[in-house]
Amino acid sequence: MEAFYGRRSVLTNYVFRRLLAVIPVIVGVIAVVFILTSIVPGDPARLMVGQRGDPATIQKLREDLGLNRPLWQQFIDFFKGVVTLDLGRSYRTRMPVIQAIAERLPITARLALASMALAVTSGVTLGMVAALKQNSMLDYGSMIAALIGISAPSFWVGIMLVVLFCVQLRWIPGTGTGDGSWIYLVLPALTLGMRPAALIARLTRSGMLEVLGQDYIRTARSKGLTEKAVIIGHALKNAMIPVITVVGTGMAEMLGGAIVVEKLFSLPGVGRLGIEAILNRDFAIIRGQVLFMALIFVVTNLLVDLSYPLFDPRIKYGRTWRRE
Amino acid sequence: MPAERAKGMVPDNNRGDRSEGKVCSLWRDVWERLKQNKAAIAGLFLVAVITLAAVFAPLITKYDPGVQLVWTQGPDAQLVPPGTDHWFGTDIYGRDIYSRVVYGARVSLQIGVASTIISVVIGVILGAMAGYYGGLVDDIISWLTNVIFAFPFLLFVLALVAYLPPGLPLMYAAIGIVNWAGVARIVRGQVLSAREKEYVEAATVVGGSDVRVIVKHILPNILAPVIVQATLGMGSIIMLESSLSFLGFGIQPPTPSWGYEIDQGRQYLLAGAWWWSAFPGFAIMALVLGFNLLGDGLRDALDPKQNVGEGR
Repeated sequence: MEAFYGRRSVLTNYVFRRLLAVIPVIVGVIAVVFILTSIVPGDPARLMVGQRGDPATIQKLREDLGLNRPLWQQFIDFFKGVVTLDLGRSYRTRMPVIQAIAERLPITARLALASMALAVTSGVTLGMVAALKQNSMLDYGSMIAALIGISAPSFWVGIMLVVLFCVQLRWIPGTGTGDGSWIYLVLPALTLGMRPAALIARLTRSGMLEVLGQDYIRTARSKGLTEKAVIIGHALKNAMIPVITVVGTGMAEMLGGAIVVEKLFSLPGVGRLGIEAILNRDFAIIRGQVLFMALIFVVTNLLVDLSYPLFDPRIKYGRTWRRE
Repeated sequence: MPAERAKGMVPDNNRGDRSEGKVCSLWRDVWERLKQNKAAIAGLFLVAVITLAAVFAPLITKYDPGVQLVWTQGPDAQLVPPGTDHWFGTDIYGRDIYSRVVYGARVSLQIGVASTIISVVIGVILGAMAGYYGGLVDDIISWLTNVIFAFPFLLFVLALVAYLPPGLPLMYAAIGIVNWAGVARIVRGQVLSAREKEYVEAATVVGGSDVRVIVKHILPNILAPVIVQATLGMGSIIMLESSLSFLGFGIQPPTPSWGYEIDQGRQYLLAGAWWWSAFPGFAIMALVLGFNLLGDGLRDALDPKQNVGEGR
């Protein structure tokens, strides 16, 4: 048994190290986004004005956007902007990029939360049942379903769901946000949650199978705990570690990857904002959005890392490569 | 069977062909194990059938994928349901969907293979350098890997594609540039542990240069997890390509591409023409499923104890 203070300092160290490790990644992300969006083959000002724009307008625009300044100065401005949460203004609507993202975010966040809730409940249940009834028809059935869930393109499954529930059965009124009621969220959440659900089911199953063979499960059983207490209190908790990683990265990816589902269901979320920006060549929005998504990803991963000790106090907090 | 397998595992002590013999028996052994795994064989079958169909597309299709029968046969050729003449039906222009699905496999496989090669080459070089040299080189490459990992795959590629002029080679490059980090991470870990092994020490002691030690001695021994990662990665790249073309940022029409077909077909679902979207979707699912099954099987066959990460 470690002394209380000793354990706390290990944990504090771990948290501190993780927080420090995030800083160079964030700096790198900002640099990559800047490089990516600065080495544009062609002049953004010209692209925005169009081929027939007169040179004076283009020059004026270049000055407004700061494109006539040296690259390193642009980078420092960009960096400063990111730190002060100023990502510039949309080239088209002149709205601040942060505001444009913030306006769309609630729709995407609602969708991501609903999808993940669905994915976790169905994935963990399926995986647990499959592990407990190993080699039964139930096991094979869930794992085949999970394999299909991983292999089928989500947008295609979404289309088939629309055909079934909106066109054939008429249970759900249609796509879009409608009157904002939850019914409009069902199909997009199913579509978006399918892949993480399948991944979670597979990981839960393999994690449970591994854990169920361990000595401490035998100990828990021989202590006379009920089967339910053994499975939920001991086995599931330990099998959850890889699942947390999927939930974390999945949440981050959904906030960025809802692009396809938002297009399919005509939801005006952050993903749609990105697509519109790419179509309109609104480079400020593209830059802001890529950066925003990457930062969300970094922060989510940090939270995932920090949550590990809650589930497994034995985790060694040595120097590791992230998400091992 | 077990006797053969055991025989394959015994190191060949004949000095002349030691390395060759070992590689040979390792792969024979892997194949023996892979053959036992029904799911992996099913995956191999799916991948092989679709690849052969893509290669011999002109021989197994009756119609050219671009021919619009509506010009010769009139509206009767529009949205024909699946039947004996058009196995998967026709689209609104009277094009044969079966032909378009078969030819679409070419685009998916081309992008899958080319982008995988690019990402494996970059990933192996950087991962091996990071693992072998350690220190500052490792710190910089590991940092870069973590930075690349922070970007959502689809959005990053979309942004790249938005900035690049359209065209297949640039798309290969864009996907490859985003996808190498997973390979690099695996290679780094493998090289890190291989570096401590005696055979590497021996090769260094006899005066082998760094490049020679890495290429001749370390890489052949860490190939297995790279192959697994590449196979599983094929599935995700094919999925990514179909998402890109579904969004309208993939291969430019009229070249048939599965994701684009699904998007086009979806507008005619209300008219009851389910086949236009359905068949390309099955094709994507079959090919991705094939690579996933094969990758899982290879992972088990190459090293049952090794746990390769999920990758991207």
